Amino acid sequence: MIRLVTRDLALAVRAGGGFGLGLAFFLVVTVLVPFGVGPEAAILGPIAPGILWIGALLACLLSLDRVFALDREDGALDLLATAPLPMEGIALAKAAAHWLSTGLPLSLAAAPLGVLLSLPWPGHLWLALSLLMGTPALSLIGTFGAALTVGLRRGGPLLSLLVLPLYVPTLVFGADVARRGAAGLDPATPLALLGAVTLGCLAGLPFAAAAALRVSIR
Amino acid sequence: MRIAARGLTAGRGGVPVLSGMDFAVAPGRALILRGPNGAGKTTLLRTIAGLQPPMAGTVEPDRDAVAYGGHADGMKGQLTVAENLSFWAGLHRTGGIGAALDAFALAPLEDRLAQHLSAGQRRRLGLARMMVTGRPVWCLDEPTVSLDAANTARFAAMVRRHLEGGGTAVLATHIDLGLDAETLDVARHRAVFGDAARAAGAPA
Repeated sequence: MIRLVTRDLALAVRAGGGFGLGLAFFLVVTVLVPFGVGPEAAILGPIAPGILWIGALLACLLSLDRVFALDREDGALDLLATAPLPMEGIALAKAAAHWLSTGLPLSLAAAPLGVLLSLPWPGHLWLALSLLMGTPALSLIGTFGAALTVGLRRGGPLLSLLVLPLYVPTLVFGADVARRGAAGLDPATPLALLGAVTLGCLAGLPFAAAAALRVSIR
Repeated sequence: MRIAARGLTAGRGGVPVLSGMDFAVAPGRALILRGPNGAGKTTLLRTIAGLQPPMAGTVEPDRDAVAYGGHADGMKGQLTVAENLSFWAGLHRTGGIGAALDAFALAPLEDRLAQHLSAGQRRRLGLARMMVTGRPVWCLDEPTVSLDAANTARFAAMVRRHLEGGGTAVLATHIDLGLDAETLDVARHRAVFGDAARAAGAPA
């Protein structure tokens, strides 16, 4: 399983792997917001946690259609399915590789980007923490969606439609953690709920993704 | 390891393609599948490899004993020849990749990115993967496509060594590899369904 994760990371980092794509997209979205709503800190500050969370979420979505589609195109998915690795392990490894190449760099980049949106000070830490806790759920849900649509030609747009509604709980709790943190309130409750969503996804979705994969390689 | 199918019906997308298949392949022997395009050779191979469940009947051995090699070789263009093989060797927890590189004279290409290989070289890499799986049963779909005469001979030698080691192989191929093998014409097992079945009075 670790081999599959390291292979996918190597593929993501090498030419054409799309490693920096999500990060660059996140940066561009964040830079565009002040152009759209004006540069006043009084306006930007309160909406910054929500904007940054939505930006990270969309950046996550950008690389999802590659999760299984590339392996299916070149036949590697069939070979993986016959390898001594349970389908659940493949799904989990794919989600882990997606998080390490997308969710983790986004979480680390979010705090510096908060400065661009005049996010009030302690908010940066809470934003980074909420993304660190929430993005694994985004990768797991996205992997499940990718497994469902891997058999479809041009499944990318359908994948977005399937996955975005499932992102709502993570977005609500994640942005609330950052907002409360920035406003100096106690973010413990949304933080606990965010963790619960992520753990729930971790417990259930690899199995769902594996079932979807088994159907689509038939 | 022995391959055996009893009353096997194989199909794709819920439509039976082949039915009433009964065959057995003893260790050290190979089975060559023949039949026109679309006869169901790939469907049968995928069923034996466990990529899709049989629609009826049983097939041995368990999928954990089978290595499958399809039309697409599953090699990543951004990885080198050695990295590709090492990945599969690691996944199957087998030893080094030296023997597999030697079997197809891939050692000079070891550090070349797979995307810079020619079609024949890629195919050799895909076939070399079969050796690093360490599985006793090989299912190969049109393995000699884009191979030249010398490499077809290398491939035949690789399969022969595999059979001598007690392995078995099922190959869908149109050329004569000179193997000690039975031949199965899948066209004779074509499933009857839909209108044709009703006309013949057989259950669909």
